[in-house]
Amino acid sequence: MALEKSPGDLRKSYLTGVILAFILTAIPFAIAAFGLMPRSSALVVIAILAVIQVFVHLYFFLHMDPRTAPKENILALGFAAVLIFIMIGGSLWIMFDLYNRMMI
Amino acid sequence: MTADATTSPHEGAANATLEERDFGFWIYLMSDAIIFALLFATYLTLLRGTDGGPTGHDLFDIDRTFAETMLLLASSVTFGMASVGVAARNKSAVLLWLAITFALGVGFVFLEIGEFSGMIAQGAGPDRSGFLSSFFALVGTHGLHVSGGLVWIAVMAAQISIKGFSAPVVSRMFRLGLFWHFLDIVWIGIFSVVYLPGVM
Repeated sequence: MALEKSPGDLRKSYLTGVILAFILTAIPFAIAAFGLMPRSSALVVIAILAVIQVFVHLYFFLHMDPRTAPKENILALGFAAVLIFIMIGGSLWIMFDLYNRMMI
Repeated sequence: MTADATTSPHEGAANATLEERDFGFWIYLMSDAIIFALLFATYLTLLRGTDGGPTGHDLFDIDRTFAETMLLLASSVTFGMASVGVAARNKSAVLLWLAITFALGVGFVFLEIGEFSGMIAQGAGPDRSGFLSSFFALVGTHGLHVSGGLVWIAVMAAQISIKGFSAPVVSRMFRLGLFWHFLDIVWIGIFSVVYLPGVM
């Protein structure tokens, strides 16, 4: 739990996190604002940076360190991630498949 | 929290309850994440359903989105500084950082209300198309969460100034931190899925 960390360690964690998060936010905004790369590759880069930034936030802000966080919290997080993957992936698969079949 | 020899059985039980509440709140956050995931899936499904109306490219303003993103990120780190103050048991520092976090959050909500009312004023409200319904549902749900978080921050500041750092107050502050940082994670999804692909 976060409150068991010393104030100094906590401060360092938040400051490291915000610097990383700022870099990971600035790059996708720059790509989108200045059109630095073609749309399809830009979308892939934005998606990858977003996933990395989610992990940065989980680790530095929510203190989801796999070594110290309670096991059941990590388990709940993993279960939610699996559900989200199935539900978003499944919805998009079904709906876009249907869309393409209706276009024929 | 470990129960040392000076802890009475009653306090030990109270601490166990607080740990259970922390875990319960984590489960709530995960279920909230699933709500947002489904709103994202709805948005992506209806993305092309503009009914001849305005698209994201016509409506989104990347400068405003960047300002909103910076406000939320800054509020996340100022809340972190409030958590540092809790760990150091420094009451005035906690209240100061909570006040700054509150102000940044209010700035975010104001920018979002300005964006929504501007869109509705130009006939691009949630009733215009499936795309806009899903946009308002997704981004609006996040905005409502942030507004709820602001109320919680105000209540928390009052509790800390009146009750000090009692075990239940510290535990509530921890849970508020989880909630606030969680909302920033959802926002990463919103700017990466909604706004940036929209303006490109």
